[in-house]
Amino acid sequence: MGKTFSKPKALSDNHTHYCPGCTHGIVHRLVAEAIDELGVQDRTVGIAPVGCAVMAYNYFDCDFQEAAHGRAPAMATGIKRVRPDLIVFTYQGDGDLASIGMGEIMHAANRGEKFTVIFINNAIYGMTGGQMAPTTMPNQRATTAPMGRDTAQTGMPLRMSNILSQLVTPAYVTRQAVLKPQQVNKAKKAIKKAFEYQVEGRCFSFVEVISTCPTNWGMTPLEALKWAEDELLPYYELGDYKTPED
Amino acid sequence: MAKVLMKGNEAIAEAAIRAGCTNYFAYPITPQSEVAEYLAKRLPEVDGVFLQGESEVAVGYMIFGAAGAGERVMTTSSSPGVSLMSEALSYIAAAQCPAVFVNIVRGGPGLGGILPSQGDYFQATKGGGHGDYHLLVLAPDGVQEAVEMTMQAFTLAEKYRNPVMILGDGMIGQMMEPVEFRDDLKSEPSNKDDWATNGMSTRGSKKRNLVKSLFLDPAELNNNNLVLKAKYDQMKREEVQFEIYNDDTDYQVLITSYGTMSRVCRTAIDMLKDEGIDVAMFRPKTLFPFPEKAVYDAAVKESCKSVISIEMSMGQMVEDVERCVKGQRPVEFYGECGGEIPSPEKIIEIVKGLI
Repeated sequence: MGKTFSKPKALSDNHTHYCPGCTHGIVHRLVAEAIDELGVQDRTVGIAPVGCAVMAYNYFDCDFQEAAHGRAPAMATGIKRVRPDLIVFTYQGDGDLASIGMGEIMHAANRGEKFTVIFINNAIYGMTGGQMAPTTMPNQRATTAPMGRDTAQTGMPLRMSNILSQLVTPAYVTRQAVLKPQQVNKAKKAIKKAFEYQVEGRCFSFVEVISTCPTNWGMTPLEALKWAEDELLPYYELGDYKTPED
Repeated sequence: MAKVLMKGNEAIAEAAIRAGCTNYFAYPITPQSEVAEYLAKRLPEVDGVFLQGESEVAVGYMIFGAAGAGERVMTTSSSPGVSLMSEALSYIAAAQCPAVFVNIVRGGPGLGGILPSQGDYFQATKGGGHGDYHLLVLAPDGVQEAVEMTMQAFTLAEKYRNPVMILGDGMIGQMMEPVEFRDDLKSEPSNKDDWATNGMSTRGSKKRNLVKSLFLDPAELNNNNLVLKAKYDQMKREEVQFEIYNDDTDYQVLITSYGTMSRVCRTAIDMLKDEGIDVAMFRPKTLFPFPEKAVYDAAVKESCKSVISIEMSMGQMVEDVERCVKGQRPVEFYGECGGEIPSPEKIIEIVKGLI
């Protein structure tokens, strides 16, 4: 019997440093599958953020640049503008994209930059050890919100897909999750579509992925999946928020 | 080629294109916005890339991205904007990417003013951003030299895979002078296939390239810093540029000055000469690498009794001059930095006080 399942070519052989139960590994694989299926590995440049995915370049086998905190969309703009033939994607977390990098993501999206953003939303800062993120839920505990997020002081969690979909410039904006196999399959389709729009030179594409952080949430992997399903998905509703056909 | 009369900012913009740089990202700021305005019109004519970024912070990373992908790229800004770009400068230097940054310096600190200043000497030569890095800093004294240095900057940036800064000022950016564009200063782009993220298919390789500055392993980080240090040492050996004016005399005073300020000092020296007083001027053209030995040699000439650094600052380059003169002569300072440029008469008065 021949080989029926294998690692995508666009992934390297390195073991990841991600914690048990973290969903980065799933999303890395989905991105790599999309790159493989579109046959663009040899002209793809990824941008690593600051955060848990800062060393994403160790797990992908394609050209990579490493940005400063939040600046990945500006860096991607620089690459894509001078080399429109390259396939460029950023892979950013919620602290990176929705806090320090809010300016860069808004303007890149509004200019309609023809690259792809993979946005991992796990409602917390992972790499620095569980601090409050702009996406942290009301009353959710974080090391910098030890009594839980007080929305009277810090406002409500930012819903980036909702916000970006309000821009008039055509784009593909979708929110997906990877908490269940069915969701993973849908997320796979969305990520591939996001890269397809880029390959076609059509529009800016943005895939938000609701993810887990068992370590910093203080949960087991299974508890984390359930908590995300129960607490995050009602607020962060899944689905396409904007397509270039709109 | 015939000379044309051009404003400094526009001449710098045209020089970049003549040097083969057709990628430009910038954010408007006085007194350098004419560079962006000129290139917004000119770059589409040569199928180039012009983009007005949303901030100098973002522009710094647009430059980083484009440079990392192996393309010639430039930005221009002025003091407060360069402060915002300093984060990216640190990253670009650490990741060893070539890029050209032009600072048309205005008065500071803070919002300061919009008139010429030399208050960014420390920022340009000693860091600005975090960590152990240096820019290669070129300081033109007029529009012609600004054009030549802009063209050379791309060659130097690629030779060292390091950001190069043109440190001008509002006077150089705003004034008009006759300029000649010398085609001989244009260099062929270097081959960047062994490091740039230009796509594996572009370079016909199966090996991917990484552009990064994170080295969590102490030995690796130390090694990256040693690699950078070796480049800065090579710059000190190979790239020092300077000029000494009126040094074939028994000068009693050595002025050290650069950029626009040196033009005024030159006039003052000519006027003093008419009075029978000989004063020389040492003008660094590279601020990093600083002409350490040359300024020492000029200062310790038998006839020279004292050295004075004259700057449009409150005393910045003077610290390098003091360092290099090593106490062999007294090193004085005179500076103004509100945007008014000290007059030749004022310089004559100050210099006479030293004799």
